[in-house]
Amino acid sequence: MSTLMETARAKLPWWPQQRHVPVLATLGLLVLMYAAGAANYRAFSDPQVILNVFIDNAFLLVVAVGMTFVILSGGIDLSVGSVVALSTMLSADLLENKGWPAFVVLPLVLAVGALLGFGMGCIIHYFEIQPFIVTLAGMFLARGLCYTISTSSIPIRDGFWTWMAEAKIRFAGYRISTSVVIALVVVLVAMYVLSYTRLGRSTYAIGGNPQNALLMGLPVARTKITVYTISGFCSALGGVLFSFYTSSGYGLYAVGMELDAIAAVVIGGTLLTGGTGYVIGTVLGVLVLGLIQTIITFQGDLSSWWTRIVVGILLFAFILLQRVIGVRKPTGAAHPPPALASRSST
Amino acid sequence: MNARLTAAARHRLFWPVLVLAILLLSNLIFTPGFFKVEVREGHLYGSLIDILRFGAPLILVALGMTLVIATGGIDLSVGSVVAICGALACLMISKEADQNAVSGVLIAVGLALGLALVLGLWNGFLVAGVGIQPIIATLILMVAGRGLAQLITDGQIITINSSPYERIGAGYLWTMPVSVLIALAVTAAAVVLTRRSALGMLLESVGGNAEASRLSGIRSRQITLTVYVFCGLCAGIAGLMVSSNVSGADGNNAGLFIELDAILAVVIGGTSLAGGRFSIGGTVLGALIIQALSTTIYTVGVPPEITLLVKALVVTAVCLIQSPAFRAKVFRRRSRPPTAPAVADEQPRVEVPV
Repeated sequence: MSTLMETARAKLPWWPQQRHVPVLATLGLLVLMYAAGAANYRAFSDPQVILNVFIDNAFLLVVAVGMTFVILSGGIDLSVGSVVALSTMLSADLLENKGWPAFVVLPLVLAVGALLGFGMGCIIHYFEIQPFIVTLAGMFLARGLCYTISTSSIPIRDGFWTWMAEAKIRFAGYRISTSVVIALVVVLVAMYVLSYTRLGRSTYAIGGNPQNALLMGLPVARTKITVYTISGFCSALGGVLFSFYTSSGYGLYAVGMELDAIAAVVIGGTLLTGGTGYVIGTVLGVLVLGLIQTIITFQGDLSSWWTRIVVGILLFAFILLQRVIGVRKPTGAAHPPPALASRSST
Repeated sequence: MNARLTAAARHRLFWPVLVLAILLLSNLIFTPGFFKVEVREGHLYGSLIDILRFGAPLILVALGMTLVIATGGIDLSVGSVVAICGALACLMISKEADQNAVSGVLIAVGLALGLALVLGLWNGFLVAGVGIQPIIATLILMVAGRGLAQLITDGQIITINSSPYERIGAGYLWTMPVSVLIALAVTAAAVVLTRRSALGMLLESVGGNAEASRLSGIRSRQITLTVYVFCGLCAGIAGLMVSSNVSGADGNNAGLFIELDAILAVVIGGTSLAGGRFSIGGTVLGALIIQALSTTIYTVGVPPEITLLVKALVVTAVCLIQSPAFRAKVFRRRSRPPTAPAVADEQPRVEVPV
């Protein structure tokens, strides 16, 4: 298969590089879904539909970008959904019950998210416990902290929060929310960091092979901890955007959002083993998830659980695609040899 | 004496046993009659029995998970399988004219377990046949499975009224809860199969290095396939128990997060997530610790809101205590210069042999 692609690339200069194929496949799927939607439903071709997907998924986009960092480094972060819920809850409680001003609450909430991520990163690196288990404990911790604040939903009436929720940026008859702008800024910063900074290159290197990265003299400890801190920060920011979106805080928000984020990252062509993938793929993955929901809403007679089934089928299709085009480690991903397997515990 | 204590502390099951003992003893302070087990109307009755009874589904799921993790894999889809099997069994029973007919219940149970086998086979096929990384392969069914379960129940909570079916999760046999007996039987079967035959060693060998095992004549793929099927079956039985205990199926919430609890139970029990070794006894202990923790939180009178908080702290504590790196860094700090280079952390390390 790869030789076929080599010859094709030799003959056709515009033939995509192998590492770009998963992202292009996601893009193709997105275009296909949009075309199918536009052909079947009358109001679907309105560009506002796409903008609405952005508006409804801005928080997921931010969370998924943080998840991309962690997954690229070969780890996983199960705590994101809970941290989102904790951030909505903390904002709501501090703003409404404690009466703190928004300019204090906002940085504080973001700092709490980053601190949680930092703590998990430290435990993962220094005590060599699997990321899966540590972030699972983090998930319980954040969700538990939500319930210690309150077990019921708290509405947010703060001026700044309401302004952020209601402000719409209009251009040429279309509108987006401020959250979309924030999410896009996060995406751009993440792209820059991953492609053009030392931190980004170290992240890819550690995900590719942590032993090699260490032997190359890359700062493994610092990078690993930073990556989890970034994910914690992004989750907290996602939580703030979520509280703009819903104008409330609740401990049961975003249950299972970690799955959506992981699914978006995988559909976007990032390998769960780490080392390969792009932020732009994650953006496309989030859009695919959002478009599925939009199509199911437009169809009208399909129940909401079809979303999950379709997402499962898409996951399957994309994972198969990754297998077929062979974007994976030469050692085989299914059963890594001990040298690689020990990576998960370091 | 000191040497013997050190040897005991080095045993793989030392810390899980200690934690479980502390949990149970701390109950004694708050409820003096905690350890009392009495026979009422021919049924064993008491807090300890309750822990066993409510822990039975988790023990089963964790048991399947142990063998999967032993081969270096992981199965995230068990929660979905729990929901799907409960949903199917309840749907079949709810459609029958006589919900109390034993034959109808048996057919429903058989079909549900058959479906569990098929779902396990699907996971095993993806991992062993297609060669997809286990965490991703089972993620597919984890995401889609909840949707499937809701598809079966049509988004409703199916309630049934069938006394033979209720016996699976809430009934008693020979004074013991039926669910405990089922969990015991499956555990015993797993122990006999893996430790009295070569199967256990083959599992560990596949977990250590699948390719090397295949080259030395072990049918790695078949073994991998089998453990996923077994894990699916265990999850299916647990699904029957959960739905039978409440006489209803909830596609959305049945078995929610049970995969995380199961993985926790396995890790607390001392099985490494990297594969290559496993301890069924440790897993059962781990599952009991998680269940005892929930029970303790209720009996001690801690507000249920902070259950998750306590769970997070206990899990972190147990995992830290078991981590060789943590023990090396914290307990031996005084005897070693604190400038232990971070480089040493990246060396592939061998666990202390048992």
